[in-house]
Amino acid sequence: MLDASTPLVEMTDISIAFGGIKAVDHASINLHRGEVVGLLGHNGAGKSTLIKILSGAYKRDAGDIRINGEPASISNPRDAKAYGIETIYQQLAVADNVDAAANLFLGRELVTPIGTLDDAAMESRAREVMGRLNPNFRRFKEPVKALSGGQRQSVAIARAILFNARILVMDEPTAALGPQETAQVGELIKQLKSEGIGIFLISHDIHDVFDLADRLVVMKNGQVVGEARTSDVTKDEVLGMIIMGKVPPGAQPGPGAING
Amino acid sequence: MADQPAISTPAHPSTFTQNPIQRFLIATEVDTRLLGMIGALAVIWIGFNIFSGGLFLTPRNLWNLSVQTASVAVMVTGMVLVIVTRNIDLSVGSILGVVGMVMGVMQTQILPVQLGLGLGHPLIWSLSLLAGLVVGVGIGALQGTIIAYLRVPAFIVTLGGYLVWRGAAWWVTMGRTVAPMDPTFQLIGGGPAGSIGFTWSWIVGAVACAAIIAGLYFGRRQRHRFNFPQRPLWAEASLAVLGCGTTIGAIWVANAYPWPVRIAENYAKANGIAVPETGLFISHGIAVPVLIALGVGVLMTFLTTRTRFGRYVYAMGGNPEAAELAGINTRWVTVKIFMLMGGLCAVAAAISSARLNAATNALGTLDELYVIAAAVIGGTSLAGGVGTIAGALLGAVVMQSLQSGMVLMGLDSPLQSIVVGIVLVFAVWLDTLYRRNKH
Repeated sequence: MLDASTPLVEMTDISIAFGGIKAVDHASINLHRGEVVGLLGHNGAGKSTLIKILSGAYKRDAGDIRINGEPASISNPRDAKAYGIETIYQQLAVADNVDAAANLFLGRELVTPIGTLDDAAMESRAREVMGRLNPNFRRFKEPVKALSGGQRQSVAIARAILFNARILVMDEPTAALGPQETAQVGELIKQLKSEGIGIFLISHDIHDVFDLADRLVVMKNGQVVGEARTSDVTKDEVLGMIIMGKVPPGAQPGPGAING
Repeated sequence: MADQPAISTPAHPSTFTQNPIQRFLIATEVDTRLLGMIGALAVIWIGFNIFSGGLFLTPRNLWNLSVQTASVAVMVTGMVLVIVTRNIDLSVGSILGVVGMVMGVMQTQILPVQLGLGLGHPLIWSLSLLAGLVVGVGIGALQGTIIAYLRVPAFIVTLGGYLVWRGAAWWVTMGRTVAPMDPTFQLIGGGPAGSIGFTWSWIVGAVACAAIIAGLYFGRRQRHRFNFPQRPLWAEASLAVLGCGTTIGAIWVANAYPWPVRIAENYAKANGIAVPETGLFISHGIAVPVLIALGVGVLMTFLTTRTRFGRYVYAMGGNPEAAELAGINTRWVTVKIFMLMGGLCAVAAAISSARLNAATNALGTLDELYVIAAAVIGGTSLAGGVGTIAGALLGAVVMQSLQSGMVLMGLDSPLQSIVVGIVLVFAVWLDTLYRRNKH
């Protein structure tokens, strides 16, 4: 086994610009196994963009990504999945017109020995996974379009955990959910964490992040303001980091911190 | 799956409804939309039969209708995939034209004269067909690459292609019509010789019936294996009876249409058969182009519903971004779709030019519009993600039925266009209503 101190993910000096706007500017962030890292910041702070670089949706302009200490080349979503990185996107990213099983296995369909789709096997696996995640889920035959926001969310989450992810990226996973479903997602995160999966949790809801995350990283204007262990800072201090970029004593300042 | 037998098989949803028609529909799990289309087709056929004084529902007319539909039917199966992925192909008629020309020149000049194979050599029809397929797939690959990798909208690329390939068709022989085609190649176009006859038609019918029953059986076994709700047995039985009944009916109609008297007499003379008093009755059976179109339909249905490629096509149509994020190589899938479309245009070109026994530079003019209209009438949504091969094939039959029915009624040409145009808009409006009510 690997040395416990080797981070699962190390993203160093990552930069990306869209037409002159530096969406992410020399940001560095890391993640250990069995750890939940909350990524916080305003809209447009660059957190989603940074995470999309890890999941292969965007290609970085500069910087290094290491997985388990090894340099990783990730230039599209297929590469990322090959490294065991699964992502639950803010906009859900499900194909509305096909059913839940088809969405769960999209891009990684189970096939029969002669190469045709094994729909029955996929549906059976889907029933298994969805049963664990959302026992009330019954609508396997209908297009995902017909499902409620929470049910669609469970489909998106099930897809991420179905393939034994080692690294899970959750971009606003509870944005479309009611209180009960949000609690379920929280339970799920704790369970996955205990299985040794590293999780990046992006959220607007600072309470959520405080409950679930071991560590926080705050971004502002594409830069990392600072990071801290959740136990070392208060919610107000974190709000100060998000809004003003002011780093409290319990946190480690980053390149985006205001000096003084 | 060892831990599953403890769970009892869930009840089929059909057990919860009382109304017999609803119960039948739910139990058989038939697509009500498709059923609606079949109903509309029945209304059109019966209507035309009444207004044309019984001319429409005759074996002769139905047989001709099937042959006339074949070319558009072949192309529409590809157009479904194109439209499902939110693209469009306006160039199919022109591709058909240029490929028809290439195949015509191959079999009248290049192969028999320049390569000295002599007329009627068996390589002529096969090499011509192969050359046509290569050109068709090549054109599709070129257009698909420009659309997928250079990110030029499909509408523009194929609008350009519409002009380019029509011009190319003209340019191949500087506008000269190429005729006649190779005798074997002509069989692709139908006619008395280009039909498979009485016995083979029944063999095809028997195979089709066996396939329907086998499909139902294996579907049932698969559901049992994974403990999914089963259709009631009576529903399976009625599906089998319906499917086989339709097949047998269609074969019967094709076999009820005899060869024309003169051709039959010549054939009898050539083969030393005595002509009976009542006249010689030689059945056409299923025409070769119809068999090709049905084969293409089955293959394309398999491709769209049972393979990864098909799954990706629908996922891309439903949410292109999600498909990309799921790791699907969406650009390459797009190129493959257009290659397939080009290949199908080549098959359609073979059918059209063989039927006409000539390649002209006007071959396939306006076909793009008929193909798109057939796909849309058949329930393919221009918004993407929705559409079936079976529906599109039915759409093609509806379009052709309208046209041939109006000809039988003696309607003027301009009036025919007006009616087809109105029906297109009306059909799509009905479909919009249906979808709105469903969700």
